[in-house]
Amino acid sequence: MPESDSRPASNLPPLSLHIPEPRYRPGDTPDFGDIAVPAVDATPRPSEDTKPDAMRDMCYGLVRVLDFDGVAKGLWDPKLSAERLRAMLRYMMLTRAFDERMFRAQRQGKTSFYMKCTGEEATSVASTMAIDRSDMCFPSYRQQGILITRDYPLIQMMNQIYSNRGDHLLGRQLPIMYSAPEHGFFSVSGNLATQYPQAVGWAMASASKGDTRIATVWCGEGSSAEGDFHSALTFATVYNAPVIFNVVNNQWAISSFSGFAGGERTTFAARAVGYGIAGLRVDGNDPLAVYAATQWAADRARTNNGPTLIEHFTYRSEGHSTSDDPSAYRAADEATAWPFGDPIARLKQHLEVLGEWDDERHQAQARELEDLVKTTQKQSEKLGVLGHGMHQPFETMFEDVFEDMPWHLKEQCDQMLAEQEAKFGPNWKPE
Amino acid sequence: MMSADTKTMNMIEAINSAMDIMLERDPNTVVMGEDVGYFGGVFRATAGLQKKHGKTRVFDTPINECGIIGVAVGMGAYGLRPVPEIQFADYIYPGLDQLVSEAARLRYRSANDFICPMTVRTPFGGGIFGGQTHSQSPESIMTHICGVKTVIPSNPYDAKGLLIAAIEDNDPVVFLEPKRIYNGPFSGYYDRPVEPWSRHEASAVPEGYYRIDLGKAATVRAGEAVTVLAYGTMVHVAKTVVEERGIDAEILDLRTLLPLDIDAIEASVKKTGRCLIIHEATRTSGFGAELAALVQERCFYHLEAPVERVTGFDTPYPHSLEWAYFPGPVRIATALDKILKD
Repeated sequence: MPESDSRPASNLPPLSLHIPEPRYRPGDTPDFGDIAVPAVDATPRPSEDTKPDAMRDMCYGLVRVLDFDGVAKGLWDPKLSAERLRAMLRYMMLTRAFDERMFRAQRQGKTSFYMKCTGEEATSVASTMAIDRSDMCFPSYRQQGILITRDYPLIQMMNQIYSNRGDHLLGRQLPIMYSAPEHGFFSVSGNLATQYPQAVGWAMASASKGDTRIATVWCGEGSSAEGDFHSALTFATVYNAPVIFNVVNNQWAISSFSGFAGGERTTFAARAVGYGIAGLRVDGNDPLAVYAATQWAADRARTNNGPTLIEHFTYRSEGHSTSDDPSAYRAADEATAWPFGDPIARLKQHLEVLGEWDDERHQAQARELEDLVKTTQKQSEKLGVLGHGMHQPFETMFEDVFEDMPWHLKEQCDQMLAEQEAKFGPNWKPE
Repeated sequence: MMSADTKTMNMIEAINSAMDIMLERDPNTVVMGEDVGYFGGVFRATAGLQKKHGKTRVFDTPINECGIIGVAVGMGAYGLRPVPEIQFADYIYPGLDQLVSEAARLRYRSANDFICPMTVRTPFGGGIFGGQTHSQSPESIMTHICGVKTVIPSNPYDAKGLLIAAIEDNDPVVFLEPKRIYNGPFSGYYDRPVEPWSRHEASAVPEGYYRIDLGKAATVRAGEAVTVLAYGTMVHVAKTVVEERGIDAEILDLRTLLPLDIDAIEASVKKTGRCLIIHEATRTSGFGAELAALVQERCFYHLEAPVERVTGFDTPYPHSLEWAYFPGPVRIATALDKILKD
C-alpha cells in the first residue's frame, strides 16, 4: 500500500465480533429482576398533538395503568366502564379458550399448523377495542384477538383452520392466515412484516380521500428487523400517515431472543425517534395500558397529527407455533418469572378490586367459553378437517389467480380434472 | 478422495456433515441465518455446529433476508466463505436485490477485483402442507440470474458432496434443498407410509471430506425408451412411476441446474429419441422451458416425439389441495404414455 494520509490502526488490540446471547437457556433459573418496572403513575401523558421530539422519553419509559394489586392509577387510566372491562376480559378469555382448543386439534391431527397468542391477548384485544370498528387492521399471524373482539364468527375461523368445506378461503391458505374485510381485517400473509408498508398505503389512501378511518398494523419485535418495517416508517413519516404501528415485543422470534432484532441496544419504541414519529412503550400485559396507548395513538392519527409506534412489552408464553419446541432453547420458567404477570389474571383482579367480578363468575365464564368453543368446534368439524378427504372442488385451485382465467390455466384445469377422474373415478365430489 | 468410513445419514445429517467438515477445514467458512445457532435450525440442519465451532462462526441473524445475503456479500469481500441459510426458499425474495444485482455481478462488474464465494442454502418445494409461503420452488428465478450457480441434491450422498463443492466454489451458489425428502425419499404416493433414508443406498455417506463436482448430472437409471430429466424430490417420484409401469426409461438427476450437464442430456436424448422433463415448480417460464428449448436445439433430428413437461400448475401452492397440485404419479404416467404411444 502506498503511503497515504491515514490513521494507522495496526497497533490497536484486535477487534472482536459480538454475537448476542440471551441470559437464560434450558436448565437456567430465569430472574428478570433487572427489568425496569417504573411506578405505575410515574409516566407522564403528553397531549395527543405533542411533537415527536418533545416526547422522546416515552420511547424509553413504560405506560402502565394497573398496579400489581389490580388498582388502576395515573394519567393513563382510560376509566372504562365496568361493562367494557368485562367485555375486554371476556374477549381475552375467549381468545385463550379458542387457542387451547385449536392447538389441541392440531395435535390430534385435524390440521397442519396452529399458533397461539397466550399471554399476549391484551395486545390485540385491548387495542382493537380502543379503535373504531371501521378502522382497518393489518395483522401479523398472532392477532386472532382482533377477529374475536370484532365478533367474527368463531366457526369461520375454525373452518379456515381445518381448510374444510366451510372455509371461505377455499383451503388455499395455511391455518390462521384469515381474511375478513367486512371486519376490517386484512388478509394475513405468511411472509414477515409485509403488512407494514401496506398499512401505511391504506392510511395514505384514507387521508387522501378525506376519510376519517385510520389503519393499525402489528408485527413482532423479530420481524421489525425486516426492511419492510423500515420502509413503512419512512413512508409514514414522509406523508404523516394516519397509522398506528404495533410492535409486539414478546421477547422471542422462534428461537432468537429480542437481541437479534437489536433489543440489546435500545427499545423497539425508540425506532420511532430516528424517523421523527411519536413512540410509546407500554406494558403489553396490562390491558388498560394497551387500551390507553392505542386510544392516544388513534386520537393523534385521526386529528392529522400523524403516526405512532407502540411497543407492547410482553412475553410469548408458549412456542412460536405447533412446529416449535421452546424447551430446546429457553429456560422453562421464563413465562412464570415474567415480572408483568398475565393479562387475563390482571384484568380479572382489577374487576374484583372494583367489586365488579368474582372468582365464581370467572370460573363460570371460563366454562361457558370453553363450551362455546367446543360446540362450535363440533359444528365446524362436521364440515370436514384437513387431511381426511379433500373438501374443495379441484377447479377452485385455478380460480382467483386472475379475475378472468387465461387460456393456460383453463388448459391446466382440464388436465387436473382428467387426473382427478383417473384417481377417484368420474363421480367424485368434494368430501 | 473418498473416506473409507461411511455412516447412514438422512439428508439433514449429510448437509450438517458437509458444513461441519468445511468449518473444520477452512477457518474462513461461516454459517449464519435465522435460528441456525444455538437452536440448530428449524429443520435441524445446523444442529451442534455452533457448540462445536463457536458462536462467531455459526450464528443467528436478525429476520432480514436482504441483510443476511448482503452481509454475506460483504464477508466474502473480506475473504470469508459464508454459508447463509434462508429458512424457507419462499422467504428469499426480500434478499433478491442483494442476490441478483450484487452477489451475482460482483465478479463481473469489478473485473475480478471482488468475488462472492457464498453458498445460500435454502429448503424448497412442497409436500408438507406448508401452504403458499412454505412450498415454493423458485429455482428458475435463480437460473435466470446471470452469475449464480444453482444446485439441487436428491439424496444424502449427493447433498454432502455437492454442498462441499458449493462451499468451495468461488462464485455464489444457491443450494436448494428439497425439504420433502429431508427424512426419506418420496414415491409421490402421499397416502403410503414414509420410507426412511436408511433403506436407500444413497444414505451410506462417507464421514469425511469428499466432493461431487458441480455441473455433473447423475444417471439414476439407464434405459433406452425415453429420457426423463428431473431433480430433487421428483427424481424419486419419476423412478417409482417408471418402475411400476415397467418402462425402460433413462432417468437423469440433473443435480446442478446451472451450469447444466448438457453433454449428459444430449447423449441420453440422442440415444432414446424421447424426453420427459419433470419439476414441481410452476410451468410457465419454469426451468423445464429452458430444458425443452435446449433439447430441441441440440437433439431435434433425433426426436421421435415432442418433448413433454410435467410440472406444478401455474397457481400459488394450495394448502388443502396440495396433492391435487403436486405433479404426482398420475400426471407423470399420463405424459409418459403420450410420449411413448408411437
